[in-house]
Amino acid sequence: MNVKELRQLFPILDQQINGKPLVYLDSAATSQKPLSVIEAIDNYYRQYNSNVHRGVHTLGTKATDAYEGAREKVRRFIGAASTEEIIFTRGTTTAINLVAASYGRANVREGDEIVITYMEHHSNIIPWQQVAKQTGATLKYIPLQPDGTIRLEDVEQTVTPNTKIVAVMHVSNVLGTINPVKEIAQIAHKNGAVVVVDGAQSTPHMKVDVQDIDCDFYAFSGHKMCGPTGIGVLYGKKRLLEQMEPVEFGGEMIDFVGLYESTWKELPWKFEGGTPIIAGAIGLGAAIDFLEQVGLDHIAEHEHRLAQYALEQLATIDGLTIYGPKARAGLVTFNIDGVHPHDVATVLDAEGIAVRAGHHCAQPLMKWLNVTATARASFYLYNTEEEIDALVSALKKTKEYFSYVF
Amino acid sequence: MSFNSHLDTLYRQVIMDHYKNPRNRGVLEGEHVDINMNNPTCGDRIHLTLKVEDGKIVDAKFEGEGCSISMSSASMMTEAIKGKTIEEALKLSTIFSDMMQGKDYDDSIDLGDIEALQGVSKFPARIKCATLAWKAMEKGLHEQQG
Repeated sequence: MNVKELRQLFPILDQQINGKPLVYLDSAATSQKPLSVIEAIDNYYRQYNSNVHRGVHTLGTKATDAYEGAREKVRRFIGAASTEEIIFTRGTTTAINLVAASYGRANVREGDEIVITYMEHHSNIIPWQQVAKQTGATLKYIPLQPDGTIRLEDVEQTVTPNTKIVAVMHVSNVLGTINPVKEIAQIAHKNGAVVVVDGAQSTPHMKVDVQDIDCDFYAFSGHKMCGPTGIGVLYGKKRLLEQMEPVEFGGEMIDFVGLYESTWKELPWKFEGGTPIIAGAIGLGAAIDFLEQVGLDHIAEHEHRLAQYALEQLATIDGLTIYGPKARAGLVTFNIDGVHPHDVATVLDAEGIAVRAGHHCAQPLMKWLNVTATARASFYLYNTEEEIDALVSALKKTKEYFSYVF
Repeated sequence: MSFNSHLDTLYRQVIMDHYKNPRNRGVLEGEHVDINMNNPTCGDRIHLTLKVEDGKIVDAKFEGEGCSISMSSASMMTEAIKGKTIEEALKLSTIFSDMMQGKDYDDSIDLGDIEALQGVSKFPARIKCATLAWKAMEKGLHEQQG
């Protein structure tokens, strides 16, 4: 399918914003949804809405099959060994918090270390700050190179035999850096630590194989990969998940409930207390079908081409600073001298172009970059080179506009 | 030169003047009310210091980081409240808040440069930028009142 055909599957893209065709360059915040995903959710609510794992009736069976069918799609999509290792959560944040609250608190002691990087999203910083505070462990940061990459020597230096957890993002939501998570996992394992990978920005855009990476935990969100909001996934190695205690207790997750003691269901359900996110999981399943149909390799190649084109074109604007390495995922973060990124985003919006402006939930990284905020254009399978041309042209106008009003 | 009249309702000349040449930039010394406030969604921050004597704001200074709207609003706010009583300053803040929400506001008071920020109400995503300094001022004065 070419990009023009793909775009027709996304009804939202066909509209005008402020009198201009919408140019949506904010997929790293959330992606748009193809018709097949919208219809899968609609179909569930219209045709077989029912609770899962309890109804003897026909609709209940149908809903359960669809929900568990989505789990199998996720398993296959990320190359996990078993559906017991796939836990549905509300999103990446909830998934990482689950690991921190369950595995972290049970296995980290005073004097231990948790290692993260300067480029992490807040959702992969704060849960570990909290575990460190509660246990008396030390939180350590792997430093960054000037281009926003991580050197394995620095990982080797930072991770020690006292390290219990290494938590790192696969792809940076600001720099676009693709981190060597497989090598980082090897270093973590050599030191007896587990590795937690934040896959929010990788899973939508490239083929992920959790067994090849050999990570212990992998977290991602449905809404950044053409799926709905409110659904995410925690992958965990069965051996570790089996030892872990649930963090939410109630319906759905129990085996036997007595007056003073209860026991839990087997994996993965012991981590899914309460009525699960049924429509969300079904929507995520449809999103996976869609992405596989388009082809992850095709998506990665398309975005790589767009990112390289954007880098080339943006470099023609004087006074524009680009952050992050040349080899990168499909996003470009930048600033224009003398124009605050909010102002950039407002001017672009007036031209129909949606970008993100702010700290991107990465305040420690902003501090490292020595900026308070940046603007970010992020690409997905439905974006085109013409849209990047529109961005570049609007940025040139932004510069002119602000030099005029000054 | 202007390529977009919609934008001109936001970026008025007087706003850009305050952004480029902020009034009352700095930190007051001696006894003063000290307020730090962030806009956590975007990273804008303001550090506002107010000198209040006998229920009157005799001096005000700000420093911070942010976009043209947040910084120009802070500059205009400090200008407007100097010499005002706490009650007058809080009243002004209510008027400003009404103006931002696009409500009818009390126009019996001359707002001066602040009037230029009226266009922000047409840009919902930017209202929080404009109100940051005013919220800081309100917080400081409420603390002062106990």
